[in-house]
Amino acid sequence: MTYRYPLRATINGTLRSIDVSSTQTLLDALRWDLGLTGSKECCAEGECGACTVLVGGQAVNACLVLAVEVDGLEITTIEGLETGGRLSRLQDAFLETGAIQCGFCIPGMVMAAQALLDENPHPRPDEVRDGLAGNLCRCGGYQRIIDAVLLAAGPEVTDEAAEQQATVQQATVQQATEGLSA
Amino acid sequence: MKAFAYARPRSLDETYDLLDEAGPGDVRMIVGGTDLIVGLQGERLTPRLVIDLKHMHDLPAGITHTPERVSVSAVTSLSEVIADERIGALFPGLVEAAQTVGSIQIRNRASLAGNVCNASPAADTAPALLAYDAVVVIASRAGARRVHVGDFILGPRRTALAPDEIVIALELPKPGGPSGAKFARLTRRRGVDLATLSLCCTVGPRRTRFAFGALAPRPFVVDDDSGVLADPAGNELTRERILHEITDQARPISDLRARADYRQAMVLVLSRRALRSALILRDTASTAPTEGGA
Repeated sequence: MTYRYPLRATINGTLRSIDVSSTQTLLDALRWDLGLTGSKECCAEGECGACTVLVGGQAVNACLVLAVEVDGLEITTIEGLETGGRLSRLQDAFLETGAIQCGFCIPGMVMAAQALLDENPHPRPDEVRDGLAGNLCRCGGYQRIIDAVLLAAGPEVTDEAAEQQATVQQATVQQATEGLSA
Repeated sequence: MKAFAYARPRSLDETYDLLDEAGPGDVRMIVGGTDLIVGLQGERLTPRLVIDLKHMHDLPAGITHTPERVSVSAVTSLSEVIADERIGALFPGLVEAAQTVGSIQIRNRASLAGNVCNASPAADTAPALLAYDAVVVIASRAGARRVHVGDFILGPRRTALAPDEIVIALELPKPGGPSGAKFARLTRRRGVDLATLSLCCTVGPRRTRFAFGALAPRPFVVDDDSGVLADPAGNELTRERILHEITDQARPISDLRARADYRQAMVLVLSRRALRSALILRDTASTAPTEGGA
């Protein structure tokens, strides 16, 4: 006997409708029914974080959520971070720092980091460590992963820097227009 | 996982209907599911019906404050409890304990009520809830009843909940007067791990209380009303004797996390440290300006 239920959820910005069994986890539904195999299954009991996805913007272990529970909710997986075939700044940072060794933990690491940065755009190194405490890397490549998140976050003065840049741009435009009017 | 039906009631009444229909068979409630789903996966739990409590209009998630107490709805996540600044100010030991549960991913799903209902001897929040005299609010069609958390947890994975009842909230009476609290926990590694032992120490003007986890079939409390522990200048030998008497009440088992004699030795060490921290916190809090109207 199986019990099946309709599931309508916004997955990576697209409304998807499927039928799921009550015994399916969100991770199973993503990987097997929706073909989103970026989220990985490793421990399947909430220890390792390889299956981390965002539900309603919050990082959760997809292996510890029943698929039927997310009916009506918004899910973001690793596949949802790119825009128009371009990786996100965070994903680029993982490549740039060489944070990816075997790669198995990386989708979960990136999603946990994304949740951290959404809440705290400029975390300190210890905040990054805390933010990723639910994710294990079997290669032990933690330092470069932390470096990647810090690189993506950029220096804490980003707002000021942006302001400075705007002032410089304004001055350039002013100079140029002055030149035109002279 | 063995097959089960899933229900998403929209009200408490609908939930009671479901419980009536299901009869005394194996029904499980889901809020965060972080313990339940592990049990389902290993088929240690094989319910015929799983009821999702997160969609009832008359049981919303949230934390309500009244002058006497704080009420945490049963569908409130641990992350919400940790983020509530007033809970942090009133019950710092509870927030410390909640922060040690699993990982961020777990705490975003897991509920405080679920941690109690799961009734693990090693439940991280149980010692803190015991230390703060938390009350479990239980509802059924017959009405609501309130049970002290120490009477609610009966033993490993056993609670005082009847088949026609659900837990709707946890209530914490607001502490009067200056108090200090410290949660302490021993684990094999930092991060996601179950407690080898845990404790919460609270110190008021005279009473010192220890609540222990993973040291007996269920969490338990020991009070010292002599005033010796609560006095930072108290006689050191007397203090040690009382600490030994208190921690000797532990009845630990040997398991994969530690041997019983190691737990017994460590509970004394952690209790001593937690007491010292709680005393410092009490004495700095009582000299700090108090928050008006809290």
